[in-house]
Amino acid sequence: MMRIEIVKRPQHSALFSALSPFIALLLTLIAGAVLFSILGKNPVSALYSYFIEPLTEVWSIHELLIKAAPLILIAVGLSVCFLSNNWNIGAEGQLIAGGIAGSILPVVFPDFQGWYVLPLMLLLSMAGGMAYATIPAYLKVRFNTNEILTSLMLVYVAQLFLDWLVRGPWRNPQGYNFPETVQFNESAILPAIWAESGRAHWGFILALIAAVIVWFMLSRTLNGFEIKVLGRSARAGRFAGFSAGKLTFFAFLISGALAGLAGIAEVSGAVGQLRTSISPGYGFTAIIVAFLGRLNPLGIIAAGLVLALSYLGGEAAQISLGISEKSARIFQGIILFFVLASDTLIYYRIRIVSRLSDTALKGA
Amino acid sequence: MTMFEAILLTVATAATPLLIAALGELVVERSGVLNLGVEGMMIMGAVCGFAAAQQTGSAWIGMFAGILAGAASSLLFGFLTLTLVTNQVATGLALTLLGLGASAMIGETFVGLPGVKMESLYIPFLTDLPYVGKFLFGQDPIFYISILLTIGVTWFLFKTRAGLTLRAVGDNHTSAHALGVPVVRIRYLAVLFGGACAGLAGAQLSLVYVPQWVENMTAGRGWIALALVVFASWRPWRIFAGAYLFGAVSIGQLHAQALGIGIPSQFMSSLPYLATIIVLVLISRNKRLTLMNTPTSLGKPFVPDR
Amino acid sequence: MKKLMMALTMAASFALAGSAHAADKLKVGFIYIGPPGDFGWTYQHDQGRKQLEKELGDKVETTFLENVPEGADAERAIERLARSGNKLIFTTSFGYMDATVKVAQKFPNVKFEHATGYKTADNVAVYNSRFYEGRYVQGVIAAKLSKTGVAGYIGSFPIPEVVEGINSFMLGAQSVNPNFKIKVIWANSWFDPAKEADAAKALVDQGVDIITQHTDSTAPMQVASERKIKAFGQASDMIKFGPETQLTSIVDNWGPYYVERAKAVLDGTWKSHNVFEGMHEGLVVMAPYTNMPDDVKKLAEETQAKITSGELKPFTGPIKKQDGSEWLKAGETADDKTILSMNFYVAGVDDKLPQ
Repeated sequence: MMRIEIVKRPQHSALFSALSPFIALLLTLIAGAVLFSILGKNPVSALYSYFIEPLTEVWSIHELLIKAAPLILIAVGLSVCFLSNNWNIGAEGQLIAGGIAGSILPVVFPDFQGWYVLPLMLLLSMAGGMAYATIPAYLKVRFNTNEILTSLMLVYVAQLFLDWLVRGPWRNPQGYNFPETVQFNESAILPAIWAESGRAHWGFILALIAAVIVWFMLSRTLNGFEIKVLGRSARAGRFAGFSAGKLTFFAFLISGALAGLAGIAEVSGAVGQLRTSISPGYGFTAIIVAFLGRLNPLGIIAAGLVLALSYLGGEAAQISLGISEKSARIFQGIILFFVLASDTLIYYRIRIVSRLSDTALKGA
Repeated sequence: MTMFEAILLTVATAATPLLIAALGELVVERSGVLNLGVEGMMIMGAVCGFAAAQQTGSAWIGMFAGILAGAASSLLFGFLTLTLVTNQVATGLALTLLGLGASAMIGETFVGLPGVKMESLYIPFLTDLPYVGKFLFGQDPIFYISILLTIGVTWFLFKTRAGLTLRAVGDNHTSAHALGVPVVRIRYLAVLFGGACAGLAGAQLSLVYVPQWVENMTAGRGWIALALVVFASWRPWRIFAGAYLFGAVSIGQLHAQALGIGIPSQFMSSLPYLATIIVLVLISRNKRLTLMNTPTSLGKPFVPDR
Repeated sequence: MKKLMMALTMAASFALAGSAHAADKLKVGFIYIGPPGDFGWTYQHDQGRKQLEKELGDKVETTFLENVPEGADAERAIERLARSGNKLIFTTSFGYMDATVKVAQKFPNVKFEHATGYKTADNVAVYNSRFYEGRYVQGVIAAKLSKTGVAGYIGSFPIPEVVEGINSFMLGAQSVNPNFKIKVIWANSWFDPAKEADAAKALVDQGVDIITQHTDSTAPMQVASERKIKAFGQASDMIKFGPETQLTSIVDNWGPYYVERAKAVLDGTWKSHNVFEGMHEGLVVMAPYTNMPDDVKKLAEETQAKITSGELKPFTGPIKKQDGSEWLKAGETADDKTILSMNFYVAGVDDKLPQ
């Protein structure tokens, strides 16, 4: 009879702190290889098309950046939330709110053009995301309402609202009554980083900037300290004179703003018009990214790229090996499990004890 | 069958999966564990229930397969959160994501196949009673299980010694441990029960509600079940009321559409979600009520010291 | 590590060798909005792809990408197909339109075919189907069979294709019973069985005795057979979900078109076009007429024959709009542009479209 026992380490292990994401990735690769073998595919070529093939061409790397940008932007914001124990899982809704708010100028005032349009759109999108994130924050602080549930319910509401908007008032009058808005004018399009080689737009740069700023805030400012203290223990935070309510607002506002920014980056950079659905679940995948990046904004950049790769790899594997795209989603679930499990190693020692030695020990 | 009775039946079918999954989660949370993976366990129950029924031709086998699949998924959650003491919120989310992905993969070959429908009860004379016959005596077996579960969970939690122990673990795991209560083992059992319930709720979807398999067919019902637990302030009978209220709102909006009242359908479709938010706010506003019933150790990790 | 890299390189060269070998074949790619097993829209496109493989055998090689979301992902997926050697690419959902046009500009040597859109280019053709012709036949059958004089209609989204269907169904029904009524419920989804089932139940509870759907799952058919009323299938023949329920079904028959276009590429005669085809060309096929008396069946077959020959066009005046204003004068027929962008109801429909 075997038993797993865990013992708290006197202090957390710096070694495992650095290693745990890699352990998780390695375990995921092994699990993936097993999965592909069960499916009757050559695991080596499957893993090749998943994780290497998309990186072998320049255009595909551009696509990787496009896919990673919203994931990183959202996850960076979520890291502030999660570190401070605010469980915002409605980033998808905040992304949509940002996408809608940011599209007001090009859709409602298409004749309003100039260099200032794009910055205004970005600001509006952040305001939209923030406004939408304020709802669960306010309900949590004022009425003690569970933010997990309210933020999630608001996702459905936002999706339906966007659907109504694009099918109704904002529909392109010249578009055969199909559900899409007008194409954004030139000055409302987020430009490409390097147009000659591929489609990647400035959304990725924005994501990098956001990650660095939030990293600085978390690791070098009093604000960051407050977040971490209150996140670990609300009581300790109160003794130190920090206000949990204010912090809740702060965390939700940051993550709402970044999710909103991700929304407009997607709409204006990658698509060029508002449609009835603008995100294939980035707000949810970003939760994985945040944890895979160990809630550290710099780690999140790497994590966002890895997750983005799994999407592209899923397509490559579909084309070259006929592997179902569902495998990509399993990968994403598995990776989060392994990340969480590996994190245990940071704070705990794991011992596998057999019953026999246990009783022997007690006898002695 | 009168229109009223017909609507009542439709509401019951819509409410049953919510009720069952929420009752399971109630027991889990009463033991101090927050499992946000209800959606994931539910969808696993739905796909495995469908697959087993489709292969064997028996809806009953399907139902048990669904229960097993839900319980097996919850074991994964239990191992991570109880043995490896990982963050419960994050692990629950991971379980949901994994469940949605894995079920899509398992179910790939079953999409579009006609399923096996669980037969409804028919008792001559009783089922034919006017007004209430169909509702009381003419529904599917899982409906009756859900009623028995509501009664059973109430009785277990508040009338048995084991229920008392479970609540003690949820309220203060440190003192329960000091008294010699096997905290981790009790929580494992609670998590397993919650998983089995979620699996059963999922099986209801793919065997009774719509006898077929489609990706994401739970469509957020697991999350609604989680909301119901808070809504009910951890009381089984209030979960019953909440599930039927939610069912009535979602069916009601379709009837309103069919009557042609001319409000955009998107607004009607968002009503159930908005109603949930409003009710959650109303419930949690009353601090005394929530504090009295909230398991104090909810979501907190527990490592027994040796 | 070195070993792993070597293995990977080898695997890569295998993959390359594989594609070089297939160079003499015409590679045809498909982008699907849903899973091929949905038994509705994507299922029928996939049937078309299979027919293409069957008829042209060695001359073609097909690939598909399923569940591709519209928007940014679509552009990448289409480009990936173009880059992996596909010379003919079918993008099978309206929402792929702009992505298709954008990718087509980058790959002038690849032919693109976009379903149900309206933007064409030198290497982008558009194909669409007159599903509404089938709806007219269904309306005729419904009005003949319904005892309550009310049919239930489960819509997905209020886009022209669906609105065309509702109007055509209504006109067909009115040709038999001028007072016929329909109740519409929007599911706000193409594919959500639970919600479609709830909608079907709500409709039955409100007294309809025939259900027709413009959503893709088989759930409404299953509800109808439980409640012992009749129903029409959608997109594919759903008879096995309601052997005693299905009256007929509009079957989207893409196969012949796919074969024709692939042949054109092989012959070098491919040209861009914008076609809107229906029963006459064989794109719209009716599943066998079942579960109805012989006289109704006969009338249905006659109606179908008239539409196929072009003698009967569903949108022929006199037709009034819902608000009572005149749309088509007696004998006047609607032009394709009006049909393709239809955003109003004809008189008698009891629902409001979002404006």
